[in-house]
Amino acid sequence: MKKDSLKSEIAFQKTIYFSGVVILLLLLGIFFTLLFSSLPSIKAFGLKFLTGREWDPVSGNFAALPFLAGTLLTSFLALVISIPFSLSIALLLGEYSKGGAISSFLTGMVELLAGIPSVIYGFWGLFILVPVIRFIELKLGLVPYGVGIFTASLILSVMIIPYSASLGKEVINLVPRELKEAAYSLGGTKFEVIKRVILPYARSGIFAGILLSLGRALGETMAVTMVIGNSHFLPTSIFSPSNTMASVIANEFTEAVDTLYLSSLIEIGLLLFLITTIVNIAGRYIINKVSVEVR
Amino acid sequence: MQDKTLFRIMQDRFFKLVVMLLAFLSTLPLLWILFYIFKNGISVINWRFLVNLPKPVGEISGGISNAIVGTSILVLISCIVSIPVGIASGIYLSEHRKSRLSYFVRLSVEVLQGVPSIVIGIIAYLWIVKPVGSFSALAGGIALGIMMLPVIVRSTEETLKLIPYYLKEASLALGVPYYKTILKVILPTGLSGILTGVLLGIARIAGETAPLLFTAFGSPFMNVNILKPVNSLPLLIFNYAMSPYADWQKIAWGASVVLVVMVLFLNLIAKMVAKKWKTIS
Repeated sequence: MKKDSLKSEIAFQKTIYFSGVVILLLLLGIFFTLLFSSLPSIKAFGLKFLTGREWDPVSGNFAALPFLAGTLLTSFLALVISIPFSLSIALLLGEYSKGGAISSFLTGMVELLAGIPSVIYGFWGLFILVPVIRFIELKLGLVPYGVGIFTASLILSVMIIPYSASLGKEVINLVPRELKEAAYSLGGTKFEVIKRVILPYARSGIFAGILLSLGRALGETMAVTMVIGNSHFLPTSIFSPSNTMASVIANEFTEAVDTLYLSSLIEIGLLLFLITTIVNIAGRYIINKVSVEVR
Repeated sequence: MQDKTLFRIMQDRFFKLVVMLLAFLSTLPLLWILFYIFKNGISVINWRFLVNLPKPVGEISGGISNAIVGTSILVLISCIVSIPVGIASGIYLSEHRKSRLSYFVRLSVEVLQGVPSIVIGIIAYLWIVKPVGSFSALAGGIALGIMMLPVIVRSTEETLKLIPYYLKEASLALGVPYYKTILKVILPTGLSGILTGVLLGIARIAGETAPLLFTAFGSPFMNVNILKPVNSLPLLIFNYAMSPYADWQKIAWGASVVLVVMVLFLNLIAKMVAKKWKTIS
């Protein structure tokens, strides 16, 4: 009886230990699989893969600069568009109206927004946003593509608002009550307390939230793929059609028949993996540091 | 002096107005999306739409039954793949909070959560589709399972951390072995918290398209063989939305309604379970 129970004890400990190890191995496995599968392309192009402008499956020349540029442009543009909105939601939920009908309405809306699948954002963007942008482009005297970096950024910004807003609300809630009350008791208005106390105090947390949202935006695939226009050339303006790293993989992976083509696409995947990982770890590190300091 | 106060009050009011305005403006896209989907999709949905197979362009009364079945198969496979490992490592993390391994596991979970879904698709392709030699539901399910794993680990860990330590101490003091304490006392106490995590995980993956593009691949037929390609709701929406045929686009709107309702419903249940659990503890 006792021996049995000891055996089960050891089996249990081993099971949970190995499950932990499995997760660690999974991540390492992902990294090394990507690395080994992109070796042919790394060997063939080296660092030129990052700086060359030509992506030509017919001649077998692959370089990722247009996609790197497309990814960075769409993501940063999306961040810039979304920051005022997500910061407003965070301030409203964290400071202006804690609890009450307005905040529960807004919280519910934000949660719904986060729950809608990416492919549906893309579908909506394709049928609503693209014609609208095309109209605007006609009015501005541009080539009326409709699809392109700007359209993709608009959709992306809507998609990352819930994420950055909830992170922003968390860090605003971390601001110590004594600091705020001290500022109010000196006669500060809410605006002044926000500007001089809350925002400076929550600054690094908000920055981390923006980094984590950037990580989200960089890897977003479906919605972007559907509205970005799939061009292989370096973007010339924010209205030009382009491709992000994720969208080029989504579009061409099943068509890539020869080894070099496939491995170039996988190398783009590797780059995407590395960039998002670095951005995420940096963001998490800052957030953890901020919350430890507060406690 | 008086003027300055007035200016400050006006400034404060103005700022509040701007914050309110921006916050509510950002809910507009959601209302717009929901309105548009339901406007276009609700008329398509009827019983035949749910039970029929897709038809070629030109034939009417095509349905989405194979996508509904396919999504269910994919979700089932990903649950089988991710729930046991996820819960077990969640237990490990909450029981060994400061060990070196748990530091790295926690980091891996955070990194995994941020890995773009398309990259997970590549991995499932390289690990399963390539060796097996065919697109399959299995590959798609595993890709989705990898995406669901971090959600389950984190929710298990967070839930178990919140369980009062005296429950564990009481059980151990009665001479109950450690593993039985965890399995029979701690886990059941936190069950609804873990269930919330699982539901949120399913809601997250049910709408995923990118990892399925070159794993489950999609198929116009009904298929329950997990080694063959299957269709799924998001894949069907993507393929039909990008097609030039109005008939197919209409079906995509209908499928969107089904998918959105499903995902929102899952979120709602998860929230209700979470609320119930919070009031108990």
